[in-house]
This record gives sequence, C-alpha cells and structure tokens, in this order.
Amino acid sequence: MNKALLVLEDGRVFTGKPYGKIGKTLGEAVFATGMTGYQETITDPSYAGQIVVQTAPHIGNTGVNSRDEESSKVWVAGYVVRDASRMVSNFRAENDLQSELEKYEVVGIRGVDTRALTRHLRSAGSMRAGIYSGSDAERDLADLIAEVNSSVKMKGLSLSNVVSTPETYLSAATAEKIGRVAILDLGIKKATIEHMNSRGLETVILPAQSTAEEILAVTPDAVFYSNGPGDPEAAAGQVAALREILDRKIPFFGICFGNQLLGRALGFETYKLQFGHRGINQPVLDRNTGKVEVTAHNHGFAVKVDGGPEVDSPNGYGRVLVSHISLNDDCVEGLQCQDIPAFSVQYHPEAAAGPHDSSYLFDRLVDMIKTQKVGK
Amino acid sequence: MPKRSDINSVLVIGSGPIVIGQACEFDYSGTQACRVLREEGVRVILVNSNPATIMTDPDFADATYVEPITPEVIETIIAKEKPDAILPTLGGQTALNAAMALHERGVLEKYDVELIGAKVDAIKKGEDRQIFKELVIEAGATVAKSVICSTMDEALDAVIELNYPVMVQPSFTMGGLGSGFAYDESDLRRIVGFGLQSSPVGQVLLSESILGWKEYELEVMRDRNDNCVVVCSIENVDPVGVHTGDSITVAPALTLTDREYQNLRDISFDIIRAVGVDTGGCNIQFAVNPENGRVVVIEMNPRVSRSSALASKATGFPIAKLAAKLALGYTLDEIPNDITKVTPASFEPTLDYIVVKVPRFAFEKFPAANSTLTTTMKSVGEAMAIGRNYTQALQKALRSLERRGSSFHWDGPHGDKQQLLEAIKTPTDGRIVLVQQALRAGATAEEVFEATKIDPWFIDQMLIINEVADEIASAKELNIELIEQAKEHGFSDIQIASLRGLSESEVRAYRHSNNLRPVYKTVDTCAGEFPALTPYHYSTYEQETEVAPSSKQKVVILGSGPNRIGQGVEFDYSCVHASFALADAGYETVMINCNPETVSTDYDTSDRLYFEPLTLEDVLEVIHAEQQSGEVVGVVVQLGGQTALGLAKGIEAAGIPILGTTPEAIDLAEERGLFSKILDEGGLLAPANGTAITLAEAEEVANRIGYPVLVRPSYVLGGRGMEIVYDLHSLRDYFDRIADQGIVGPSHPLLVDRFLDDAIEIDIDALYDGETLFVGGVMEHIEEAGIHSGDSSCTLPPVTMSQVQIDRVREATLKIAQGIGVRGLLNVQFALAADVLYVLEANPRASRTVPFVSKALGITLAKAASLVMVGKSIKELIANGDLPERDGTYIPAGSPIAVKEAVLPFKRFATKDGRFVDSLLGPEMRSTGEVMGMDVDFPKAFAKSQAAAGSALPVGGTVFVSVADRDKPQVVLPVRRLQQLGYRVLATSGTADILARHGIEVAKVRKHTDEAGGEGPSIVDLITAGEVDVVVNTPSGSSARKDGYEIRAATTAADKAIFTTIAQLSAAIGSFETVIAGPFAVKSLQQHAIDRQVALAN
Repeated sequence: MNKALLVLEDGRVFTGKPYGKIGKTLGEAVFATGMTGYQETITDPSYAGQIVVQTAPHIGNTGVNSRDEESSKVWVAGYVVRDASRMVSNFRAENDLQSELEKYEVVGIRGVDTRALTRHLRSAGSMRAGIYSGSDAERDLADLIAEVNSSVKMKGLSLSNVVSTPETYLSAATAEKIGRVAILDLGIKKATIEHMNSRGLETVILPAQSTAEEILAVTPDAVFYSNGPGDPEAAAGQVAALREILDRKIPFFGICFGNQLLGRALGFETYKLQFGHRGINQPVLDRNTGKVEVTAHNHGFAVKVDGGPEVDSPNGYGRVLVSHISLNDDCVEGLQCQDIPAFSVQYHPEAAAGPHDSSYLFDRLVDMIKTQKVGK
Repeated sequence: MPKRSDINSVLVIGSGPIVIGQACEFDYSGTQACRVLREEGVRVILVNSNPATIMTDPDFADATYVEPITPEVIETIIAKEKPDAILPTLGGQTALNAAMALHERGVLEKYDVELIGAKVDAIKKGEDRQIFKELVIEAGATVAKSVICSTMDEALDAVIELNYPVMVQPSFTMGGLGSGFAYDESDLRRIVGFGLQSSPVGQVLLSESILGWKEYELEVMRDRNDNCVVVCSIENVDPVGVHTGDSITVAPALTLTDREYQNLRDISFDIIRAVGVDTGGCNIQFAVNPENGRVVVIEMNPRVSRSSALASKATGFPIAKLAAKLALGYTLDEIPNDITKVTPASFEPTLDYIVVKVPRFAFEKFPAANSTLTTTMKSVGEAMAIGRNYTQALQKALRSLERRGSSFHWDGPHGDKQQLLEAIKTPTDGRIVLVQQALRAGATAEEVFEATKIDPWFIDQMLIINEVADEIASAKELNIELIEQAKEHGFSDIQIASLRGLSESEVRAYRHSNNLRPVYKTVDTCAGEFPALTPYHYSTYEQETEVAPSSKQKVVILGSGPNRIGQGVEFDYSCVHASFALADAGYETVMINCNPETVSTDYDTSDRLYFEPLTLEDVLEVIHAEQQSGEVVGVVVQLGGQTALGLAKGIEAAGIPILGTTPEAIDLAEERGLFSKILDEGGLLAPANGTAITLAEAEEVANRIGYPVLVRPSYVLGGRGMEIVYDLHSLRDYFDRIADQGIVGPSHPLLVDRFLDDAIEIDIDALYDGETLFVGGVMEHIEEAGIHSGDSSCTLPPVTMSQVQIDRVREATLKIAQGIGVRGLLNVQFALAADVLYVLEANPRASRTVPFVSKALGITLAKAASLVMVGKSIKELIANGDLPERDGTYIPAGSPIAVKEAVLPFKRFATKDGRFVDSLLGPEMRSTGEVMGMDVDFPKAFAKSQAAAGSALPVGGTVFVSVADRDKPQVVLPVRRLQQLGYRVLATSGTADILARHGIEVAKVRKHTDEAGGEGPSIVDLITAGEVDVVVNTPSGSSARKDGYEIRAATTAADKAIFTTIAQLSAAIGSFETVIAGPFAVKSLQQHAIDRQVALAN
C-alpha cells in the first residue's frame, strides 16, 4: 500500500511513494524549476488546477511559515517531488510541508524520477495527469488512464472564481499614501499587495466577477489585474470590464493573467504554450532600457503579437510596445501602451518566490499614478 | 553592446605554481580565457611560470611566456609585446597582486595598457578590508564588528571590545593565509604577528566571532550593461570557522528559504556594484546566524576563484569563459548558453541534482603539523560528486577521495559515543566520518549539532544513511530492493558487501543479474527545461538514462582524481592532451574524473564527460553505459597517475581492453623480483637491495648491503614513508614511527636499497611502441639522490652529463622498455655514482615531468603516447610531424636550459604550538607545485626558477651559513664567491671557524639553543628581524637538529631564500652573479620553438 502513481494522459506512469494526503487528484501536470520557494509556489493561486512537479530534488527542508505564504491556502491540485524532507531546519519554520499538504488535503507523490518526467513534459507538452495513492493506487491502470483522459482540460477553463476573494476588502498603504489602486483579484498574491502598500498605495481588492462599474465605484487612481490560473480566453467578462477602464484612460497595470487580459482587451490573441514557463531564473529583456532581468515566471498561456516591437492595437487603443520579451523563446513578456496609461508584464515582479530584479515596475505604477494626478 | 573594437591584444596573467589555496582551478579558468580570447580574434600574450599547466601549451596563446610572475618580468613582456589590455582576474590572487604592483610602479600608465575585468579601484575596494567594510555597510548589509590593526598594540586594544575568541584576517592574502581564531592573548600575539608580516600592506582585520554560523557563497557575474546574475549558491556543511576550501560544501544551498536566499542575492548585487567590478565574476561569502537569520558579509573576491571553478562544474555555466567575453565588452544576453545553444547566458542556472565537494588533505606528509581545520586553508585538493540527492552526492564524493577511511563505514562495534562527541567538536580532516560514527554510536542529532553546529538537516541526512545501512545489515537476506534503496543513497558495492560480509564482486554480480545499474543524467543548466547539447553526465539510480547512442569508436580516458601531493595538475595535463589527440585521430573521447579544479572536467575538453568517482565500480558502470551506446575500443589508464593505473587490473578482468602497456607489464615494473630479472637480462645495475616485513629482516638486509640505506614501502606514490636511514638506531626509530600506519605488510613489503651518496639523480621520460624508443627528455636533478624527484629541482638538458652518459641512459631505458613491454609512456629514474649507472625505479605511465619536458623541448609527449596506445607507431608519428625527427637526447648547440623548481607548502603548516613545520627536503615528496625557468644558460635559468618559485635571490645583503660537518669542505668555495660578490657572511661558530681559516671574512652569531654562552641576538632572532637574506643550512646529527629546525622554521616564516643542500648552493652561485648583473630577459615558447627549428636544421 506504500505506493503512489502518477498517471499521465498519454499513458505514461511514474511510480513513487505517497506524499501529503492519501487519495487521488487530477490536474494539469506542469514542472517548476525554482530551487527555492516551494512554499510560495504551492500557495500561489495561479497554480490552481495544476499538479506541480518540482525539479529541485530536495523539497521541504525549511518547512513552512505564515510569513512566506502567498495566499491563505495551498492551491496546487497535486504535488510531485523527488526527495521530501522528513525534517525541518529553519529558524522561521512553524510547520513541516507534509503536514501542510495534509492540512489542505493535497495529494502528492514523492520518489519520482522528476527529471525523466520533466523531460517528458518538455517534449510532449503539459498534459492532464492524476496522482493516486492508498487504495486508489491499487486500481486497474487502464481505469486510471481513462479517468485522467476524461478530466477537464486547462484550455478553455476559467478558474478565477475559484481563487478570487468572495468579498471586497481594503489593504491600507504602509507608507505615506499616494493613491488608491483597485485590484481585480484573479488569484492575487500577498507579495503584490505588500509591494503596492509599501509604496503608499492603498489597495481595494475586488472579486473576479466585479464589473467595470463596481471597480470604478471604489474611485481608484489606477486599476490592477492580478495573476491567476486558467485560460485567458475564458475571461471575456474581465476583458470587457478592462476595455471600459482603458476607454476612460484610467492607469492600468497587470501581472501575468492580467497581462494576458490586457493583451486580449487591446485586441491580441492568446495561446497555450507547449510546456509553459515556470521558474525563477528566466531572462527577460526590457526593451526600454536594454537591460536583462532575471525573473520569476509562472504561465502556461501567452499573448501573441505579430510584428513589432511596436504595433497598433487592433481594438483601437493606439500604439502598443512589446516592452519585454523572453530571451529564452522570444515569448511576449510585457506590453506597454504608448497612447493610453496602461502596461503589464507576463512575469512576476512581486517575485515570491524569485529574484527582486523587477520590483521597479511597481515604481512605474506609482509614477503613472503621479503623472496622471498632475495631468488632472 | 558588442565586443569592443579597441582591444586587439591582451596579456593574461596566470597564477604560477600550484600552492595550497591556488591550485589548478586557475589553469582551468586561464585555459578557458585564452581559448575565448583567441576565438574572438584577440592576440593572446600569456605569462605563467607553471609548466605543468595546459594554458601554457603554445597552442593556447600567441605568445606564451613561462617566466616568473614578477612586476619586473611582466614589465619586460609588456615593453616587448605592447598589449592593449591586461586581464588579471583569471589568475587568482597572484595575478591580481601582480596587476596591482604594475599599477603602483606606474607601468600601466607608462605603456598605456588598460586593466580589463577589474579596475585598480575595484580591486582595492574588494581586497582592502576597511574600505570593503564601509562599502558593505553603505550597501545596507552588515559585517561582523571589527577593527583594522596595523600594530600589535592596536590589536590588543581592539580585543578589549571584541572579546575572545576573535577572528584575525590579514589583508591581501590568498587562501586565508595567516588568518585564524585567537582564543587568548598568546594566540592573538602569534596570529596577529604572522598576519601583519604576511599581509603585503601590513594590516590585519580583527572581528567578532561568528564561529558556528552557517556559511554561504554566491558566485555572481556582471556585465558592462549592469546585468547581474547569480551563477550558483554554495552552502558550507562545515559552519564558519573552517575555511571554505577545507569545508565540505554543497550546491545549491539547501537550508535557505527563498526570502533568505533572495536577501543574499540582493546584497551580492549591491556589493558587486558598489565595489565596481564592471565585468566578470566575483564571489561573495556570507555567514548567517542560524538562530535569527542575521546575515554578515564575510568577504568578496573580485575575480574568478576556486569556488567559481566549482560553481562552473556544478552548474555547467562556464564562469571564466564568460568573464573573458564580458571583459571584451560583450553583455550576457549576447552570449549563448553553451549547453542549450538556443538560450542566452543572461540567466541563472537551476539544478535538478545536488553537488557535493569534499577537500583532500595531506597531513600525513607533515606529521608535526596541527591538523585542526581553521580559517587558513590546508587542503591540497578536492573531489566533487553529483547525485540526484544529497546522500548520494555526499557518499560519491567521499569515495572519490580515494583514501582508506574517507567513506562512511559500519565496521566492527561502534565507538564510544562521548569520545566521539568530544572528537567532533574540533574540525579535522575526516570529521564527517566521525560524525557518522557518533550517530552510529547512538548520539542524537541534537547532540551532534551542539558539538559541531552542522545544520540539523545535514545531520539528519547522515542518520538516513545509517538507517539504510542498518536495514541492509539486519535484513534476513539481501534483496534487490534493499540494494536499490542503498544505491539511492549513494552506497557503493563495497559498502554493501562489507555490511553483509560479502565480496564487492558478489554484490556486483547479484546486482547485475537483477539488471540494477545506474542511469546517467545530464548537467544542463536548466533542470530539463531545454534540451542539452553537451553530454556532461553523472550517475544515479533512477528510471531514465540520457546517454546518446553514437556510431564513432570510443576511447575512455581515466583522469587522476583529486589533487594530492605527488599527483596533481601534471597528470591532468596528460589526460587532456590524450583527449585532444584522440579526438583529432577520429575517436570519440570519454573522460571520467571527479576533480572540479581541472581542465579535463571542462565539458568542452572531451566528447563526453562523466563526473564520477574513480573507483572500479563507478568506472565499470560508465564503460558499460558507453558500450550500450556504441563501441568502446579501450581504456587509457597510464595518464591518470596511480589512481587510473590502480584500476587497470579490475577493468581488464571485466573484459575491457586496456590501451597501451598491459596491466601485467605494469606489474613487472612494480614487483621487485620481476623487475630485477628485467635488469639482469638487460645487464643493468640496481643499488644493492632487499625486502623486509619485520624490523629483524630489515636489519639483516641493511647489514648485508651496508648503510646508509633508503627505505620505502612498496605501492605508494609520492615517496610516502620513504627515508634515508644512516644507522641501526635510525632504522629502529623508523620502524617505531611506521608501526601503526599499516603501510608495510606481507602483501606490500618494505623495500630497502643501498643509498648512493654523492650520486647524480636522473629522470627520463620516454615513449615506446614495441619497436622504437623516443626519449622526451633526460633531466638531471640538482640535489643529489635522496631528495624525492618531485621535490628536487632539475635541468633539461642535463648540465653536467656528457653525451656518452646520456646515450647510456637512453640505452638502459630502451632495455627496460623492452623488458617490461611498454606501449606508451615510461619514466625511469637513474643514479649516476662514480660513473656507474644504477636503475632506481621505472614507472610505465605518464610521469609528473611530462608537461615540463613538453614545455622545455616542445615535444608533445602525452599526445604522442595516446596515439601509440591506439596502435600508431613512433615512425608514423615522426613522419606525420607529431614528433620531431630526433628525440630529446639530441641537444643541438646553443639550446636553452630549462630548470624545474619545486614549490613547497611549509608556510601553510604550523605545529600545535604555532611554529612552522620543518622545511627539510627528503625522499618523501611534499611539494605542491612547480615552476620552470628557461634561459640561455644554467645560472640564468636557475635564477629565474628561484624568482618564479617566490624565493628570488637577493642582489645583496647577508648570507647566513651553518652546515653539517660532512658539508664543511664543500661550502668554502661557494661562500667565498658570495663574499666576493659583495654579500656579508654570517655563521655559527663551527662553520665560521672553517670559513675563517680559508680567509673568508665572517661574523659569528650565536646559536639559538646556546642560551648559556651567547650574547646578543641569536641567529633565529636575526632571521626573524629580517636581517638575514639568504640562509644556508644543512641538517646534521641529532644534537644540532633542534637548532637547524629553529633556523629553517624562522626562514620559512620570514620568506627568505634557503639552501638545505650544498648542491643547491653551488648550483646557485652563477645565479647570484646573474641577478646582480641585471633584470631577466624574456622569450616566448613560440620563439623558443622557432629557434629550435633553426638549431635542428643546422
């Protein structure tokens, strides 16, 4: 019974040992390459619906603590590691990872040849998968493969409601107040709010389904669309709301999912990447400065912009600069509207986990708000 | 930002001889840099005094100067070559200090050469402790509370506030030389005293103790566009208090949360920007308080370092190569990642494996030395291993050390817990095994943490290993699941066998019959995110292997493992050359090695690289994996020193062909009886000899052949346990000392040889293909026989031997080569006494001197040897131009003289009471490296070799002479000449009387132990006070032994030239004349080659 299986939709099976909750789980198998920050990863709402494979072999060494969680719960649909630490060594640790996974009922698997799995996902693409442990691991394999194949696909899936706040709430500025930002919570991370608050921005966090009127009702100096899980194509409501905001020339900033929605609002398509970008070592070129940032990524979809670097918005919002690109695969990593006050990045300047190279983007938001205020 | 167009020629400064703290990692970085610069079309001028390096191969630079790395010599090179820029960041502290000296002498300004990689200002900021401290604080980080001191009184004042223990670090020294912890005032006086002296600026930093904190290093790169990346994080398993070079280290850091790690990353970038390292790599060290996370910056190196070599090997991100490109003006995003080819270098490598580095020490060579590990680096080498988890990597790394007892074991009953807990409080060589034994004896993780401050996570990993061992030992019967679990945690077949009372081969056979074999994963910089195009592999036990099939014939080359005294960069040189030559000949080359400092473990060197321990199990598995993917023609074992040679029999027994000399033939040379027969058949003489296992037998042999005798255990490298014994009393003393070392026994008896007094010792490196003998070179030792060949200086060509004698040596070598059946390299040592030639020993493998011969004569012996091993004849090689037409015994008129000098590490080793170990030379090798001096005649070449070795002959001053009675007649002439040259002569009474009777004006000085009779300062006082410039001291009988030791130890501490044999002194007399006459002339190896062509043609 001390066995667990990771079953992929293409029939490939990896054997390991149970980790976290005993039982079964289904989701999209993706790999994440960060060597630190597993706690931030599992509590990142963007990973909702996904079975995360950690390529770093030792996971759990430093336990978990309340300061490092990126939201109030563990979001990953399943967790795949090679070596789960059986003990915790860190002065800030409050709990161990195994207990944390059990507490949030996350089914995991350990002892897997994660490199073979990663190489498979890299070449075959991210795909649906299931983790089975306990009595579920004893079921007929054909049955398990069939179950994985009948599970829901990430393409076309909307998960914003699942991860978003049910109620609007306010998070006060922790420095001298400069303005107010309305945040549409599509899976917001704690670090993003902290970055804004510490720069004097009061934030009002709204549920994902909020309409443009509801957003505007909080009289924001800027609107922010957060990161989050799911297919941007399935977020027509949020895109429509965003267009109203852009029409009013209210400053806008988006991260990750927010970047994809800005892209769609401007009239660009989005598409699903083969295996996505999930890591904290990704080189991104800032075309405005010519400098390279090492950035944190977590995206399975991306905005498609043909031509460039500067193109016209198909929806008539003027010129749009592809301000940031991935140096690994030339994927669009940032959009900057030249004629309206709006910009976004595909990666994570809030960087939890990840390098702090891009935190200047929050300063840009502040500058944009200040400029706008002077303009008025 | 593309490459700068204003840099067309660059002077690269190497790191000189291998010394502790600065080893062949700088050959690796320098070689990379030279390659890159040439690829970029830059003319490369190189200066490095170390002939054993790959970078000094004439192929790697346009002008290669194997000359002393002194400001004077470099200025001469600059004047001649007029480089546009100097790259000083790839040659360790030596190069950085040389660059600073050039700046201070105004040379850079005078010749308008720019420093690239690091500016003078940045070097100062990074290395000057006070400036650095201010800058760290400015960057918002903290340093340990500290005070800069320039005098002893300042230090005594400072400690009032800082409290004991206090850490002492001299400014501008490398490898932590002179640093340490002072626990009380006497420690403080000693450490600060030495520190003030060893710091070129006479400064030490005293800091609050951070002993026991966690220690981390980040390897950082920056380009001129201010893009910064962290290449690798390294965590020290041994906490603060042990030099990072002596610590077990692991990459990536394993006990930091992202928040803590990113904080270190932020601080690193702030510092590299504040210091102003505009392009290139640097290394920043941190201490983190495990109780509250407080971070303290320990230091930074504004250059590539040992850690950056380790980081390069650990990640596949070639820091030195990138540093060279960045220095030319490229930015990181303009340089492709070598491994993936499609992604840029402006990223941070991510690992899906664990790397462990373990140090290798040589305390057995310095029995008097205190073996406690401190902040002064003492290790002589290191091994690195890669595994898919920490336990696997750790156990692989420990067995890579190739030392008995270096691996975890469960033999016999467990030890006493309290004793073990007490023992592990002090960091020593092999403490990790004691920790494992303490846990085995029932110590808890908490108890071990209290004793060692090793992070509990690492302790738990050792508990896991012990638990697995218990499971194996206690299982009713061994099953394959248990073995698989053990393999998961890095157990070797030997360990499993020992736990079950089986033999290694039984375990292996059982494992193979169950198809349990390792798979090979790839180091790819990106944790599998992108396909890797470079086959850089390591083993693990998992599902999928990544060894690609190949249609080419493959040759496996075994490297030489971790550097140690007696087996260092010279062997790597030969392995690398073989790899190049065999690749050129159309083979696919497969390198196996575990030494991260080397060029052989650069993924660029061979077609395939396996970073694996050099044990029979690991090597056989690699060969098996390669056989699955194509045809393996054979294995090259004769280039990787004793390490590779030792595996030959086992490999052959597994049915895999050994290329070149067969294992049976190798035995012929090692086994005394068989070898004697070969000598008899060839009509060759060996000194009278015998073998002994007991003292009684040894006494009997010694009586028969007559004293003095040379005793040495068989099957050892580097003269381990080798001594000259002058009488029965000493022989008994010798047996007492080796009694508990287990180096003499029935299977490895003691060899007892008649010692030839006053003989010349000769070394020859030759190549034999079964038909033709090709001599690389004949080397004459400067010291008489009895000094280990690795420690003695030698000249090539010989300076006192006649052509007839050289021809006799050649003839004898041919007979030995034929008798043994050599196919490949052969090194023979001879002694020439009263014109009788004796054979001392023969080694059918690459020797330490192969690279020296290659540099001195331009003969690429190792390349040719590898081709002979795959079946090429010497005639073919000559016809093809791979070898010159006439071999190294032919010395055309006007040939330059090359002198090899050994570099010794005495200054690194202090006794328990804090004094230096004795610097006497003997039959046991103790040098860590070598230099070459080459010039038109012997005196000039010898003077250069001394300058290159760091003990330049003074152009004037005081010579102190105190010699043994037997040496007194010979010392008169050289001392007279020194006096004529203007040196003042000082001697102790016995020697002074003799000199005075020969009309030499001499001042008497009292002996140090002569408290009763003497007045005024003793000789030791004078040396310590810096009033003596040259010391001539030969060891004498036991009564004067202590005095001799005091004198030599003081000389070592004062960094003055010392002669401990009259032969050395006599040889050096002409050299004193040379240094007085003026500065050295320089000539590149390339120019030497042209001159040689001309000479040979005439």
